[in-house]
Amino acid sequence: MSAPVKDTGTHSEQSAFSWFDIAKDLVGTAILTALILTPIVTYKTTMNQGVLFIENRWVQSLLLTAAVVIGRLLLHVFVWHKPPSMAAAKPVSTKAPLSDSLAKYVAPTLLILAIGLPFLLHLFPSWDKRGIDFAITILIYIMLGWGLNIVVGLAGLLDLGYVAFYAVGAYAYALLSTIYLPLWFGAGALPWAFYIVLPIAGLLAASWGVILGFPVLRLRGDYLAIVTLAFGEMIRLVLINWFSFTNGPQGINVPKPTFFGLPFKDEPGGFAAFFGIEHDRIYSYIFLYYVILILALITYFATNRLRRLPIGRAWEALREDEVACRSLGINTTTTKLTAFAIGAMFGGFAGCFFAARQGFVSPESFVYLESAMILAIVVLGGLGSQIGIVFSAIVIMGAFELFREFGAMGRGIHDGLLWILPDSVVSGIGSIFTGTFGALYGLLPDAMQISIAGATTGMDPIQFRMLAVGLAMVLMMRFRPRGLVTRRQPTVFLKERKSVSGDMVAEGHG
Amino acid sequence: MEYFLQQLINGLTLGSIYGLIAIGYTMVYGIIGMINFAHGDVFMVGSVVAFIVILGLGITGGSGAFLIILALALVVIIAMLIASVYNWTIERVAYRPLRGSFRLAPLISAIGMSIVLQEFVRIAQEGRPKPIQPIILGKHELLHRHADSGEFVVTISNMQILIILSTVALMAIFTMIIQRTSLGRAQRATEQDQKMASLLGINVDRTISITFILGAALAAFAGTMFFLYYNVTDFFIGFLAGIKAFTAAVLGGIGSIPGAMLGGMVIGLIEVMWSAYFSVEYKDVAAFTILVIVLIFMPQGLLGKPEVEKV
Repeated sequence: MSAPVKDTGTHSEQSAFSWFDIAKDLVGTAILTALILTPIVTYKTTMNQGVLFIENRWVQSLLLTAAVVIGRLLLHVFVWHKPPSMAAAKPVSTKAPLSDSLAKYVAPTLLILAIGLPFLLHLFPSWDKRGIDFAITILIYIMLGWGLNIVVGLAGLLDLGYVAFYAVGAYAYALLSTIYLPLWFGAGALPWAFYIVLPIAGLLAASWGVILGFPVLRLRGDYLAIVTLAFGEMIRLVLINWFSFTNGPQGINVPKPTFFGLPFKDEPGGFAAFFGIEHDRIYSYIFLYYVILILALITYFATNRLRRLPIGRAWEALREDEVACRSLGINTTTTKLTAFAIGAMFGGFAGCFFAARQGFVSPESFVYLESAMILAIVVLGGLGSQIGIVFSAIVIMGAFELFREFGAMGRGIHDGLLWILPDSVVSGIGSIFTGTFGALYGLLPDAMQISIAGATTGMDPIQFRMLAVGLAMVLMMRFRPRGLVTRRQPTVFLKERKSVSGDMVAEGHG
Repeated sequence: MEYFLQQLINGLTLGSIYGLIAIGYTMVYGIIGMINFAHGDVFMVGSVVAFIVILGLGITGGSGAFLIILALALVVIIAMLIASVYNWTIERVAYRPLRGSFRLAPLISAIGMSIVLQEFVRIAQEGRPKPIQPIILGKHELLHRHADSGEFVVTISNMQILIILSTVALMAIFTMIIQRTSLGRAQRATEQDQKMASLLGINVDRTISITFILGAALAAFAGTMFFLYYNVTDFFIGFLAGIKAFTAAVLGGIGSIPGAMLGGMVIGLIEVMWSAYFSVEYKDVAAFTILVIVLIFMPQGLLGKPEVEKV
């Protein structure tokens, strides 16, 4: 909960550098931060054998408050009131980090990397299965991000219930492949279930998109967001409570997809036996990876094409100004509905794939936080930017994985160093690090040492992931509302191509 | 009939809580035209703070009545103060810099803030629900009838009396503030026309800040009552309560304070009646359905003015 509290508007001009004002402001910040932290951080309540205890963690609160105050002091000194010597320095560049010439090569490079990834990961045998699995997860989120981007980024309709369509796709696969396909076509259809259901899942999700989109046509931005959120939650609650149909919270086990009828199993007639190679689970991972890569690429290229069709232009016009759009004769009803339906369809594809890959679906996977996460990916990528979504999905999901792998990462660095440098040097570096930190740690008072030790042992870094996502959303809206990597280009040009940096324009001037 | 009466009492209690939260939504929407998505989580912060203070003071149902009243007054004041600080900070940090940004920006920022608050409390206080022993005990029989099919008893607990009465009192105080004081006048003026209000010497920023503080104080009061009523709280209660209170605000007519209270009562009653006569599992679905129906068919609500979109 650290954030500058005072209105930056008054500070953006070069105001006088007065230590008194700064000190006053810092005291205010300290009091405010202490008030915010005192009840909730300082007094931790823990349940021990049915009895609640209060644990006093004043050290953590003190450290956090100190961090906020010092951060604010630094902001004061270096950002808000630059000393005259620094004021002459170059202003911070507001340009997007990718220059135009570079941007041209980003997409092809990413594509080649994505296609070659399994082979690349093959070089690290201890990592290949987990690496590919991780890549599949990222690709699912990229695809969901691209799907939601059609609704939020292009058409400007804030959809907080996107996960509902993901759920429709997943449950379509689960129910059709376990109950209805065997019922209608016999057990022989089972190996082909994924291929049969995939288009059906997309269609079902698209029709749900229309069904849910139809009533909300008249609503404006924020009401629409709340209604879609309500729809998303309703679908989840129905999935939980309609026990006879969905098996409720226990979920459904579903068959894994096959390689065009060949299951990835160590048996005659399996994938490995058919091609005469040794059975290895990695083949199923690689297959799934390419399936989701193809699905994601379809999403990408379809969206790219659609953007250049009249319907895509109508979406973007709708985002900028609905009233103007209507007065120019654009049918806003069909425009909104197609955006909903097409966005939902890709969500349905992704859901179908998700169910097939997990081999299990339950309503737990389709909570509101999942919608918020997909939205965060789209927002952080820059509303409307497709490449931006790739980066933000990699950063968000990758950061999560890094959070999880903090320990493993330290070991990895250690091993990597060992590979390059001789043993004694590495252990020397290690002892320098631990020595320095140990010495610093020793300087602190005893009570603090105990508190820090207590605080750091129980804390799993992955705990902080959603907190980081939420903070990132707020900070993005405040500092770079058009995304980190985006450089929005108008898709229609008059006479010549001009690029407009997303940060430079207000709504309606892109 | 007795069963219905009992549900009516329960519904009014729940409705009071929703109504108090809804006022925060409706005032903020009225004044700056955005949904403060984090408002439900401010309610949650209020209830968690109340829990911590109660645990810290060590009050239980066995303490003397006078001591309980004194302690609870302290609990409510601390919860309101802390929640106000939270909401004030949120407005300064996450909403004020975004005025004049594009349409969806404040809403996205608010969604981010809501996640931040939930996760902050979850990390600092663990995710498990926090139960306590009931503090305010005792109930009164209103009706007692012997019938062939069994006994019917309609009761109202002291807690329910406390919630309903204090809500009425708070509403009265609040209406006074809005109708009679210069602060309330400034607030109404800012709601009607920000630019004009600032031309007439009203500090618009300060008025908006105070609106957030008032909304948070009411939400924190509701949070404390919610906690004392159900004797359990956790970091996630703000989500559902927030959506239902928002539904109440829309149902009553967004921007209208009596409307928010009325909407809260209606939502509380519908939720309780639905659980009593249809199915408990689908009570949230019922609330969401009302939200959807109201937003689609009567977005101006019961007491609101129809909104005209200006170009």
